[in-house]
Amino acid sequence: MSSFTRRDTLTLGAGALALATSLGTARASIPRAEATPPKLDIEKGASLRVLRPSRFVPTDEKLFNENTEKFNASTGVKVRVDYAAWEDLRPQTAVTANTGAGPDIVLGWTDDPHLYSDKLIELSDIAEYLGKKYGGWYPLAERYGKKYGTNNWIALPIGGAGGPAVYRISWVKEAGFDKFPTDMDGFLKLCQNLKKIGHPAGFTCGHAVGDGNNYCHWLVWAMGGFMVDENQKVAVNSKQTIEALKFGKELFDTYIPGTQSWLDPSNNKALIAGDIAATQNGVSLYYSIKNSTDPKIAAMAADLDHARMPVGPVGFGTEVALAINAMVFKHTKYPNAAKAYLAFMMEADQYDKWLTGTLGYWAQPLKAYEASDVWKSDPKVAVYKDTMQNSLWLGYKGPINEASAAVVADYVMVDMVASVSTGAATPEEAAAEAERRAKRYYKA
Amino acid sequence: MVSLAATPEPMVRRDNWLTRLFDWKPFLVAVCLAPTVGLLIVFLAYPLGLGFWLAFTDAKIGRAGQYIGLDNFVSLSRDPIFWLSVGNTLLYTAVATIGKFLLGLWLALLLNERLPFKSLIRAVVLVPWIVPTVLSAMAFWWIYDPQFSIISYLFKDVLHWRTTNIDFLGTPWAARFSLIAANIWRGIPFVAICLLAGLQTISPSLYEAAMLDGATGWQRFRHVTVPMLMPVLAVVLTFSVIFTFSDFQLVYAITRGGPVNTTHLMATLAFQRGIPGGQLGEGAAIAVAMIPFLVAATLVSYFGLARRKWQQGESND
Repeated sequence: MSSFTRRDTLTLGAGALALATSLGTARASIPRAEATPPKLDIEKGASLRVLRPSRFVPTDEKLFNENTEKFNASTGVKVRVDYAAWEDLRPQTAVTANTGAGPDIVLGWTDDPHLYSDKLIELSDIAEYLGKKYGGWYPLAERYGKKYGTNNWIALPIGGAGGPAVYRISWVKEAGFDKFPTDMDGFLKLCQNLKKIGHPAGFTCGHAVGDGNNYCHWLVWAMGGFMVDENQKVAVNSKQTIEALKFGKELFDTYIPGTQSWLDPSNNKALIAGDIAATQNGVSLYYSIKNSTDPKIAAMAADLDHARMPVGPVGFGTEVALAINAMVFKHTKYPNAAKAYLAFMMEADQYDKWLTGTLGYWAQPLKAYEASDVWKSDPKVAVYKDTMQNSLWLGYKGPINEASAAVVADYVMVDMVASVSTGAATPEEAAAEAERRAKRYYKA
Repeated sequence: MVSLAATPEPMVRRDNWLTRLFDWKPFLVAVCLAPTVGLLIVFLAYPLGLGFWLAFTDAKIGRAGQYIGLDNFVSLSRDPIFWLSVGNTLLYTAVATIGKFLLGLWLALLLNERLPFKSLIRAVVLVPWIVPTVLSAMAFWWIYDPQFSIISYLFKDVLHWRTTNIDFLGTPWAARFSLIAANIWRGIPFVAICLLAGLQTISPSLYEAAMLDGATGWQRFRHVTVPMLMPVLAVVLTFSVIFTFSDFQLVYAITRGGPVNTTHLMATLAFQRGIPGGQLGEGAAIAVAMIPFLVAATLVSYFGLARRKWQQGESND
C-alpha cells in the first residue's frame, strides 16, 4: 500500500466528504437475504476495547466512530476504539496476543489471525449469518477468515485494498493502445511504446512493503510461478518462475530508471509529477489527484483511469489484496458483546455508509455490497469493486501462516525479481536463491 | 536551705529505628541507588537478557519459543544475506567513522579559531545532530530520489553536465556510499563539538613554547594538538563507533535494505526478520551477533587511542 503525505490525506479526505455528501444519507439498496442472526446474549455491564489501523481518510475514523456510537446507543455497550499507525499495528497485536491483555477486538492485518489462531474465539456463527444475509463471502475472504484446512472462522475480513493499474489515458493512446492491455504481451508492448514516446511506466521491485510485493507477486503468479504449493512445499524454482523473471527483465528495461530503489510513496510522487504513464496503486492516488487544491494536478484526473493488471498464461487475475481482518481474543470478558459489535458493524446500515465514506478503499468482502453506491459514483473507480473477487493472498498457493508472513516480510519474491531485473543475477540463480531463502522458513 | 539546683539529665538522643536505619550508611547507599538500579534493570538489563534468551529460542511473534541452542546462529552462518549485512555494517562503520573524524576534526579546528559570530556558528553546526534522525533521513531520501533529487537537478538541469539523473540508490555501491555520506553528515557535529571542547582545554602556553622552538604549524598540530586531544578522541571515537555500528533509522527510511539487500545493516536485518517477519528468535540472534563486533570495535578504538604513550612518550605505556 502506498504511503501518503499529509496534503494527500487532506485532499483525499475532502474528496471523501464531498462524495459522502453528494450521495446523501440514502444508502443504496444493498440486497439482503433472510437470515436469522445468532442469539448473542450480551453480557451485563459489557464494555469493549477495539484496536484498528489509523484512518486513511478522515471520514474513515469519523464514520467508524459514528457506527460505534450507534452500537452503544442500541445495546448500551461502551466501546473504546484506539487507532494505531499502520506499522505499529502488528507489534501491538503481537503484544495483545502474547500477554493476554489489552483490546478485546483487533482489526489487524491479513496474516495476524492466522498467527494467533489458538488465542482467538471462533466467529463462525456471525460469519455464517452475514454470509447468508449478504450474498456470501468471496472465496478470498473465506481464505482470510477461516482457519486453514477447517471450516471455522477465526476472523472477520472487513475489507481489502487492491492494486490495479493506474494509467494516463492520453499517453497510453499515444503509445498505440485504446485500452489498457489485458494480456502480458500487450502489456510489454505498451511499456516499450511508452518508453519510446518519453512517458515510461514505473512499477517497483524495491523494498516497498505494499507496491513492491504487489508488482512482483503479480508478475510471478501471472506467469504460473508460485512460492509454495498447497502442501507448503517450496516450489518457486520452476520453469514458470524463470519465464516470469525473464519477462520481468524485459519489462524493467522499459521503466523509468531507479524503480528498484523505490519505496511505497515513490510511484505516487512520480505519477503526480507526470514522470510516469502507468503504475499500480490503491484508489487513493486517483482521489488525491482529483481533489488536489493545485488546479494543474486536479486537471490530471480527467486523463487518469484504472484497469486490472494484465492476466498471464495462468488465466486468472493475480493481483494482491491486503485485508483488514477482525479478531476477538479469548481474553475478552465479553465475547458475545464483541461478536455482536462486529456483526453490527458489518450490517448494511453501518457498513455501506463506511464503505462509501472511505471511497471503497477497503473493498467489501461480502458480495451484496457490489451494489453499493460508491461503485456507481465514478466509473473510473469501478475496477476496485472486484478487489476481493480477482485477487490472491500473499503466500499463494499455500496457507497463510508464520512461514508465509516471514517470506513476504523478508522480500524473498521481490528480491528475486529485482536481482534479475537489475542484472545482478540470472533467472536461474535468482530462482535458486529464492528457493533457498524460502526453505529457511518453510522447514519440513 | 534546700538546694533546688537540679542535676541536669544528660542529653541522650533517643532516635527511633527509622532514623537509625537511615543513618546506617549501607542502607542509605542502597536506598539512593535503588531507583537508578531499578530503572537500569527494567529498561536495560531485562531487555538485554531477554534478547539473549530469545536468540537461543525459536520464538515467533505470538508464540513463546523453545530453547534450541545455537540453531539460530548456525542457520545464520549459512545465510549469505546475514554475512552481507555483516560486511555492510563493518564497511559502513569504518568508512563513516573515518569520514566523520577527518571532517569533524577539521571543523573543530576551524571553530577553534577566532571567528565572527562564533557562538552562532557553533549552534548552527549542531543542527544535523539535534534534528531527529528520521527527519534527516527523509531529507536524504528526497536528495537521493531517482526522479526528484536536487543534486540531479543541479547537474542535469542547471549546470547541464549530465543528461540523466544520478542513480544514487539503484546500484549496490552507489547506495552504500550514499548512505555513508548521509551518516557522515549527521555525525560530524557530534565529533566536531566534542573535539572542540578538547581543543579548548589545551593550554596556549604549549603552543607558545612550540613557537619559540621554531615549530611550524604542521609540527604544532602533530606534536601538540594531536597528543593532547587523544584522550577526548578515544572517548568520542568509541561512542561514534557504537552509534554508527548500531545505526538503523537512516537505512530503514532511505532504502529498507534494498536494492536486493545490498544495504542491509545488521540492525535493519534484525528488525526486518524479527518484527515484520515475526521470527523473533532469529531477529534476536542477529542483534546478539552484533555484540562481539561492537565490543571488539570499542576495545580497539578505546585502547588503541587511549595509550598513554601517545601523550607522554613511548616508555610510559
